[in-house]
Amino acid sequence: MAGVTTTLNRTIAWDSAAPVRAETSEFRRTLRRFVRNRGAVIGAVVLLLIVLVALIAPLLAPYDPLVQNPTLSLQPPELLHPFGTDTLGRDMLSRVIIGSRQSLMVAVIAISIAASAGTLIGLLSGFYEGWVDLVLQRLIDIQLAFPGILLAMVIVAVLGAGLGNAMLAVGISLIPAYARMVRGSVLSTKPNAYIDAARVIGCGDLRLILVHILPNVAAPILVLSTVGVAWAILIGSSLSFLGLGAQPPFAEWGRDLSEGRNYLSVAWWISTFPGLAIMFTILSVNLLGDGLRDTLDPRLRQR
Amino acid sequence: MQRYIIRRLLLAVPVLLGVSIAVFSMMHLIPGDPALAMLRGQPQVTDADVFRVREDLGLNDPVPVQYIKYLSRVVQGDFGRSVQTKRPVLMDIAAQAPSTLQLALTAVVLAVTLGVVLGVVSALRQNSWVDTLAMLTALFGVSMPSFWFGLILIFVFSLKLGWLPATGQGGLERLILPAVALGMDFSAVTARMVRANLLEVLVTDYVRTARAKGVAQNMVVIRHALRNAMIPAITIVGLQLGTLLGGAVVVETVFARQGIGRLLVTAIMAKDFPVVQGVVLLAAAVYLLLNLMIDLTYAFFDPRIRYS
Repeated sequence: MAGVTTTLNRTIAWDSAAPVRAETSEFRRTLRRFVRNRGAVIGAVVLLLIVLVALIAPLLAPYDPLVQNPTLSLQPPELLHPFGTDTLGRDMLSRVIIGSRQSLMVAVIAISIAASAGTLIGLLSGFYEGWVDLVLQRLIDIQLAFPGILLAMVIVAVLGAGLGNAMLAVGISLIPAYARMVRGSVLSTKPNAYIDAARVIGCGDLRLILVHILPNVAAPILVLSTVGVAWAILIGSSLSFLGLGAQPPFAEWGRDLSEGRNYLSVAWWISTFPGLAIMFTILSVNLLGDGLRDTLDPRLRQR
Repeated sequence: MQRYIIRRLLLAVPVLLGVSIAVFSMMHLIPGDPALAMLRGQPQVTDADVFRVREDLGLNDPVPVQYIKYLSRVVQGDFGRSVQTKRPVLMDIAAQAPSTLQLALTAVVLAVTLGVVLGVVSALRQNSWVDTLAMLTALFGVSMPSFWFGLILIFVFSLKLGWLPATGQGGLERLILPAVALGMDFSAVTARMVRANLLEVLVTDYVRTARAKGVAQNMVVIRHALRNAMIPAITIVGLQLGTLLGGAVVVETVFARQGIGRLLVTAIMAKDFPVVQGVVLLAAAVYLLLNLMIDLTYAFFDPRIRYS
């Protein structure tokens, strides 16, 4: 799949661009295609801003998100507390800012786990086929039999509630998506002549996999990872919402949203701002993901 | 067709066995003594309690024997007893299942209806403001966590407008908000899927032929295009059904509804492992069955697919 795409791109590059503007690299053309996609650019910019906020969160947060101030309990949004305060008088703006770190951390760690384990499984499965494939894919089948968030919940049930365990759980539950996708890409890359050629000149399995096959699988992995980030943030915050992820008093969007649930009629702001934060993060990731998919895989480009 | 169904059912057996091993292993992967872990939080744990739990769980046998015993009990419908309620797990599940089923079915009907209509309308009016609006809505739909959307629904329709009750069990008025919250993501995905597939199908030769021979636009869409556009959509819808089972966990918590999801969350919190195992095992079995049924519906939409 990816192999065909890349080969196609290269052919086009040779035909059209090579004689006149040889310096126009594939990367630059891909970049130009990406920049032309308005949604993707908006998504990328918003996401960058959110990442930036998470990185310098302690500098941005006007108050300590953990410091309680009973006299300021349930203050509606005003100049000193633009997002209001919660029952314990903690500043919600500071909690939303600091909370971004937890959500993004869940995404980064979960995707790292899922992408590395899933890619490894997919590469082995697709490259060796036979019994390796059979065994690995049946294991993936078993994982896939746990629908949606259930797998992550089961893992948390075993390991115990907590943000670290939630990250691990989300990561493991996203492995099948990578394993399946990478396996498919490897299977479609293998019949290419250059793979046979590489083998004929004496490339070992490891070199074949790493140098000749993996680059062809890179684009779909990247696309899947953006979708995966949205998933990870969603499952992670859901776990925290259910009380299985981040534990009080730490600021985390899903957790804070859940805390505000009981005060919805008197203090709408406690749940609203963490909710908006989750939504805009996922929205920007989805926009970016759609854009990347359209840019990197021309066959999937929407008309 | 029959042979295909039988083969698929047989293929599901090893997966189910694998699932049962995974679920069974849960008990042994818990750090520490599962019996003690399960009794933690209960007032006054005596040695007799620990012994009873260990005996209930069969923890005194070798692990493979434990698994065989577990499996043979499960096959007979015996999922053990809940540590909290002391009742058979299956009874607890059976008591909660109708509520979740009702919620999930309502959500699916709402979501598919809305999703298909939105998808078709935006495909037919491609790049118009209707299309843009519908797809923007869908994008928000897939990006909004159901627990937050549920809270917004409660805030608007229960607290501010006072039209519908916020929580609890009962008639249609208590079903609508949770079903909308649960189905939102689903309908957004369906709308995007239907639109993308319909756009692809609308430019094919057979649609052009149908138009050329004078078939009315509505008929072209319904009889010729939509039917083919639905095939990939069904796959996604099927996969989404699984997410729906998981989503019910969250939505039931938001709306304080009874159901399998709540049962599971409460059980996880209380370390009531027999209940967790029972719910998860049944959910996986139902999900596998659903997937099979979805594969079979392909034949209905695409007569070219013949199972053999």
